[in-house]
Amino acid sequence: MSTAWFVVTRLGRDRSALIGLVLIALLVLAALLAPLLATHPDDVFELHPSERLRAPSGAHWLGTDRMGADVYSRLLFGARITILIGLIAVGASLVIGVPIGLLAGYHHGWASDLLMRVSDIFLAVPQVVLAIAIAQTLGPSLPNVILALSVTYWPWFARVVYAETRALQKEVFVESTAALGASPWRLTVLHVLPNIASPIIVRASIGMGFTILTAAALGFLGLGPPPPTPEWGRTIAESREFLPDAWWYAAAPGLAIFLTVMGFNLLGDGLRDVLDPRLRRSPARDG
Amino acid sequence: MRLLALALHRLLWFVPTLLGLLVVTFVISRVVPADPVALVAGETATPAQVEALRRQLGYDRPLPVQFVDYLARLARGDMGESLFTRRPILDDLTHRLPATIELTVVAMLASVLVGIPLGVLSALWRNSLLDHALRVLTVSGLAIAGFWLGIMLQLLFSMRLGWTPLNGRLPGFPPRGITGLYLVDAALTWDWSTFVTALAHLALPAATLAFPALATLVRFTRAGVLDVMQSNFVLYERAMGLPRPLIVWKYILRSALTSTVTQIGLLFGILLAGAVVTEAVFDWPGIGTYAVSSIVRSDYNAVMGFTVWAGVIFIVVNLLVDLALTLVDPRERVS
Amino acid sequence: MAELLAVRGLRVDFATDRGPAQVLDAINLDIAAGEVVGLVGESGCGKTTLARAILGILPEGAARIRGGEVRFRGTDLLTQDPAIVNERVRGRAITFIPQDPFSSFSPLFPVGTQIMDLMKWKSPRAREQARPAALFGRYPRGRHRADHEAVLEALRAVQIPEPARAMRRLPHEFSGGQRQRLMIAMALLPQPDLIIADEPTTALDVTIQAQILRLLRALVKERGVSVLFTTHDLGTAHELCDRVVVMYAGQEMEAAPTDAFFGRPAHPYTRRLLESVPGPDGLIRDIPGEVPSLVTPPGGCRFHPRCDHATAECRVERPAPRELAEGHRVRCHHPVDAPAGAGA
Repeated sequence: MSTAWFVVTRLGRDRSALIGLVLIALLVLAALLAPLLATHPDDVFELHPSERLRAPSGAHWLGTDRMGADVYSRLLFGARITILIGLIAVGASLVIGVPIGLLAGYHHGWASDLLMRVSDIFLAVPQVVLAIAIAQTLGPSLPNVILALSVTYWPWFARVVYAETRALQKEVFVESTAALGASPWRLTVLHVLPNIASPIIVRASIGMGFTILTAAALGFLGLGPPPPTPEWGRTIAESREFLPDAWWYAAAPGLAIFLTVMGFNLLGDGLRDVLDPRLRRSPARDG
Repeated sequence: MRLLALALHRLLWFVPTLLGLLVVTFVISRVVPADPVALVAGETATPAQVEALRRQLGYDRPLPVQFVDYLARLARGDMGESLFTRRPILDDLTHRLPATIELTVVAMLASVLVGIPLGVLSALWRNSLLDHALRVLTVSGLAIAGFWLGIMLQLLFSMRLGWTPLNGRLPGFPPRGITGLYLVDAALTWDWSTFVTALAHLALPAATLAFPALATLVRFTRAGVLDVMQSNFVLYERAMGLPRPLIVWKYILRSALTSTVTQIGLLFGILLAGAVVTEAVFDWPGIGTYAVSSIVRSDYNAVMGFTVWAGVIFIVVNLLVDLALTLVDPRERVS
Repeated sequence: MAELLAVRGLRVDFATDRGPAQVLDAINLDIAAGEVVGLVGESGCGKTTLARAILGILPEGAARIRGGEVRFRGTDLLTQDPAIVNERVRGRAITFIPQDPFSSFSPLFPVGTQIMDLMKWKSPRAREQARPAALFGRYPRGRHRADHEAVLEALRAVQIPEPARAMRRLPHEFSGGQRQRLMIAMALLPQPDLIIADEPTTALDVTIQAQILRLLRALVKERGVSVLFTTHDLGTAHELCDRVVVMYAGQEMEAAPTDAFFGRPAHPYTRRLLESVPGPDGLIRDIPGEVPSLVTPPGGCRFHPRCDHATAECRVERPAPRELAEGHRVRCHHPVDAPAGAGA
């Protein structure tokens, strides 16, 4: 576990990674403590049409929206949605993608080629496009968004794991351990997994950022959880007709998205630098 | 000759991927929904109407047969009819394609022409003020939601400052011409007032679309240049006293660019993904808004048509980029 | 005798994690016109750093020149305007042959382009340009033709077959030996006074190393060009050089004409070094001890911890150069007199 300590200390020296960590912590806090931190916790459901489109003030820190609900409070509850979508979608992609990558990397045959070709297809097209198709087919709801995102993101994990597994197979220590008679299971769990952990972690962090952006785009297009769910993307869509006057209505959720995604990106970059400096992945290849 | 062989070789990769994409879209449209026919028929159809539609569309046949039929139709260019416009989807898409192409190309040009030099300067003047400012930009570039950026730009430049039009591609009649690209047509017909108006309308959407691409390019080029600067041939050129601008802009940039060209394919992916929402925000009459309005109207076939179309375009562009890379890097020709 | 190159008291520090490493400690070095000087020493002794310091291409962030002078034809390069040094000295009066011919060409341009780019700015026929606009500087047609001819001539001299076709080829189409010959040609084309060759054959196959070096020596002797030639291979130095200078841990220890260096080495380190070359009996006589850290180097003469003849003086004060015979200088408080024994 000394490696974990090493990672933490090295990460601690990276200022931007720390900023990322702080932003993520803020997000998590906002989500967890939403009922406590919100000034108007009931505004997720209640309507106050008489107070609609008020500018930011002492009573409403970020103003009110078209239904008179407090923008700040709805934003906090929106954080819950954001985290939920991100965690589950990336988690599911990981759970699907890693075993597929391992299998494909381990074996050398037509099955392995097929698996990688399938994942190439998903990587060939921008995630948004496929996610739109899936979400539209299934209908706008929270589970459907998560499903659409998971189905389109797993290939990124599969590909990373596949590449690392193949590379590791060439490493002498894997050959010698196998020659000593270690079972494939043992080999995988004790030797392969620890080595692929770092790229998976990096991918997961960067993946959170991209998934949240795509989820927001889906929400903006109306394919996300329906009202009154305070999803950030949908809120921005709702706010459009009231611009330029009610600018806070559009600015606030957008800033929230920005800070959140930035947080995950910074952390992901920092992790990548620390965990494997020789891992010079092209930054734009991150999906 | 060798180039042709390489092109054929790359094409061999391209076909299965394309086919695979079609399988995926087929699966999404027929296998994923509980009842694909009901979806197409809409919410108000009666069970009898749904059944009739099922037979009419051939959805009652076995899936493999349906798939073959699906491929056959696509080969003929038949993507079905839009439930809303009642026109063939392919026609609708081709009609709107030039607008998207114009937007994407302008955005791509802007990001390349601005991004690459900035990346080089950022690497040369490492840790300077410019470098730090650009680093902030690059990180933000990939964290900002495209649609939100568009809305904020509209808010500032159109609504508050009135410097650019709010949305749309061109008020009034388009310039006469054949390409469908307003800038090109206007220039060709010497219609400069239209050219300027079209440009004004392009400004914000292109900027919105270009922003993440720009951020990526700057980051990339910077990393590439820093890497190349460590090379032995750069050391040699310095030792022999070659002028610095020559070393940087001819030799270093060329080496850094070979890695950048591979990224153009990715860049295109970023742009295409962003085009959908950007067009929606700016009411840009391209295939992105077509997709979005089809979503809103539950014009199910149209959305699938868009997916196939977008997928094909993307795969084709990647193929072209691969081929371009072969041309750019002479070493690739030998492999 | 007026020296072509005279380095005096050069000090260079490198920044490291553990503090500044004193890589060069008050080095003195002389090269006369038309002389081939070998700079020998173990890995890490500072010979490459010295070569690069003379050229002025030390890594900008990491290396710092702390003092001393590098006098070339009388002027101190370290105090000159860097732009002028870059234009008039580097690639013209002083040229370079790098260690690794494999990566010293840009892989993306034909060698002809790269050589002609060099000629555009460094040809002996070029007039001094006030402020070159580097990418778009003019290359007068007449001079271009003359330079092109000179290049073909040079390629023939280094025995590259079919020079005209060769110019159109990419670097990876040449073998290592051929690429190094190209480098030699490029080093001679500007008609320099001094060539700095940094271990020019280390990266090459043993079978062609000798060939390349002999070619180089023949060409420079023909033209009266001086060479500073760094190597860790004593045999090569013996065969090719007029004078040999040995370095240890950032200090130069002894400089002598080749015969004197190998026949009558005066410095204890030189003796040990010559003895450590495996003799006919196959025995290897190591020098006991380890190469010192340059971050906390030993005081005075840096060899003293491993030297049998070391005294208190050696620990404290670095010996000044002492001239034992014509051209034979040693920096030692207790130079050895007897001729060398078995070994070299």
